[in-house]
Amino acid sequence: MTSAANTSGANTSVGLPASVDAMLELLTSRGYLAERSLATVTYLSLRMGRPLFLEGEAGVGKTEIAKVLSAALGRKLIRLQCYEGLDVSSAVYEWNSAAQMIAIRMAEAAGDTDRDQLSSDIFADRYMIKRPLLQALEPDVAGPPVLLIDELDRADEAFEAYLLEILSDFQVTIPEFGTVKAPHPPIVIITSNRTREIHDALKRRCLYHWVDYPAAERELAIVKTRVPGISAKLSQQVVRFVQALRNQDFYKSPGVAETIDWATALSELDARSLTPQVVGDTLGALLKYQDDITRMQGDALQKVLKEATSEN
Amino acid sequence: MAINHLAPEQTEQFADNIVGFARALRSAGMPVGPGAVIDAMSALQVIDIGNRSDVFTTLEAIFVKRHEHALIFKQAFNLFFRASEEWKHMLDSVPLPEQAKKKPQAGARRVQEAMSQPRMTETPQHQEQDLRLSVSDKEILQKKDFAQMSAAEITEALRAVERMHLPQAELLTRRHRPDARGLRLDLRRTLRASLRTGGEIIDIHRLGRIEKPAPIVALLDISGSMSEYTRLFLHFLHAITDARKRVSVFLFGTRLTNVTRALRQRDPDEALASCSASVEDWAGGTRISASLHNFNKLWARRVLSQGAIVLLISDGLEREADSRLAFEMDRLHRSCRRLIWLNPLLRFGGFEAKAQGIKMMLPHVDEFRPVHNLSSIQELITTLSQPLPPHHRSLIRSAA
Repeated sequence: MTSAANTSGANTSVGLPASVDAMLELLTSRGYLAERSLATVTYLSLRMGRPLFLEGEAGVGKTEIAKVLSAALGRKLIRLQCYEGLDVSSAVYEWNSAAQMIAIRMAEAAGDTDRDQLSSDIFADRYMIKRPLLQALEPDVAGPPVLLIDELDRADEAFEAYLLEILSDFQVTIPEFGTVKAPHPPIVIITSNRTREIHDALKRRCLYHWVDYPAAERELAIVKTRVPGISAKLSQQVVRFVQALRNQDFYKSPGVAETIDWATALSELDARSLTPQVVGDTLGALLKYQDDITRMQGDALQKVLKEATSEN
Repeated sequence: MAINHLAPEQTEQFADNIVGFARALRSAGMPVGPGAVIDAMSALQVIDIGNRSDVFTTLEAIFVKRHEHALIFKQAFNLFFRASEEWKHMLDSVPLPEQAKKKPQAGARRVQEAMSQPRMTETPQHQEQDLRLSVSDKEILQKKDFAQMSAAEITEALRAVERMHLPQAELLTRRHRPDARGLRLDLRRTLRASLRTGGEIIDIHRLGRIEKPAPIVALLDISGSMSEYTRLFLHFLHAITDARKRVSVFLFGTRLTNVTRALRQRDPDEALASCSASVEDWAGGTRISASLHNFNKLWARRVLSQGAIVLLISDGLEREADSRLAFEMDRLHRSCRRLIWLNPLLRFGGFEAKAQGIKMMLPHVDEFRPVHNLSSIQELITTLSQPLPPHHRSLIRSAA
């Protein structure tokens, strides 16, 4: 698979980055401020033609990187959102049975009775409804697409086992049709929120990376990029407040996505700095459990707020 | 690998280093296969190996497949690749953790017991003496409290527990399989069959939904007051872990330990030994509230997400019963399909929920059952196989 990855650069619109630094630059140019470690594994997965398995809390930017990557490389983004009960017919392909049946009737009406001919006509490409995984194996003028398999932990084990063939050989076997193999393997990003452990057999085929909450400076930079109109003082307070919240014992700590939401909400409200009033009104943008919100009232709120607004 | 900017002799030294490092990781308890070593070799050829942190990230992405191993990896990396950039083979300097040392052989305990005289510390009670005259030994065993059993009786009980099979409370999934009596039409199969008759549809193929057992999550109290029961329950849990796929087992005393992987090992003795090796607070105090809090925070979303049945096995004697306990119980109750509390204290006829902890926990359970002897475990098994409460009925079907 590595040799295929090396040659795949030939027919792409945007060349793959040639070093970790170039990767970092590419992501930054699209407004994704990644840690160097994340850029390294992304670069590696492109160079080695391996799927990238990203695990981490919700809202740390796992899905986002696939979107950014497809935009930056000019590739098509194909997204497969996983859920319990996801099966082959909604993930890979399905036959358009109604159209097939009409074709059979038409053949009959025309007096066409050659069975072999009929079956090869019926199971042809045009009666096939292609779902994300099959689409991702097809050649694309812009180069192999980015395949995002989102929240794999929500799918059940049976689907995970099915993915093994696709991810190691980049091919799908369809009984009536034969084997479809990707000329150039797609760029695969798999995300998981760890609501369930993913089997080691699947992880073994991927490069694994745990995406952590960003450090304060990086988060500040992210807020400034994503919420352009925000004042320096407010953005600093927002980030300090969120970072302090993550140290608390919450059921669900706020992710970067929540920080951006909150910063946007505050800037929409024309807030100049954090006050108990405005924080209390907008806490729902950060904390998503009633118990957590209840805990953040009164003294607890005052304490964190004081921490966040102490300097400046 | 197409790119090769290293001189041949360098590559060789490189390979030695990576192989040595992989061996070090393996002996530190991480699952590292030969495929990963080859991956690491090819990965290191496309990055700048002068950058230590990039090398770290690269090797981490390849060797670490679970977040829990990240710490071991970091320590091993720092030991193996010293900051001096001296790529030296240092396998011997990596300390081996306890588990890598020689394991006692499975079944050693049973062999030992078989060789020595059985300990008879117990003095039979009068009532039981009387019963012995009228009822068969087997029936006595069914009713006898685990805490009062002799070593031989416990052995007998363990065997009985191993023989018990958990009937499966079935969950209907959203996946389908061919089923002649299914409700959904399998158009694809029907069409394919019709081609054999030149397009005439004779047989209609159908699809039915696949059923699978609901996951079971057991939280077992191993504090001192429960000590007479824990071994038996562990055997029971081992038996069900063996029989079905999605069972997770946690032990708690003053802290919470996930022993699911340990219990997966085939031999019950080996599994139990490895459980006790991974638990630090065996037969200590109880902190139910704190343990439940940890469970809710760290594990609930991961193991309860697919409609699990929770078995909480505890006597509910909490040292520090406050409102937190009720809160955590409530959260646990709301995040699972069904919460069954198994309490050995219920064996006493006139049991009243007087202890503060028990009072706080009781409102939040779906069911409160005794588990102190074989027949109560048998009853538990029967209960688990019965249809679940009405609001879940659409999804669940009893296998009985």
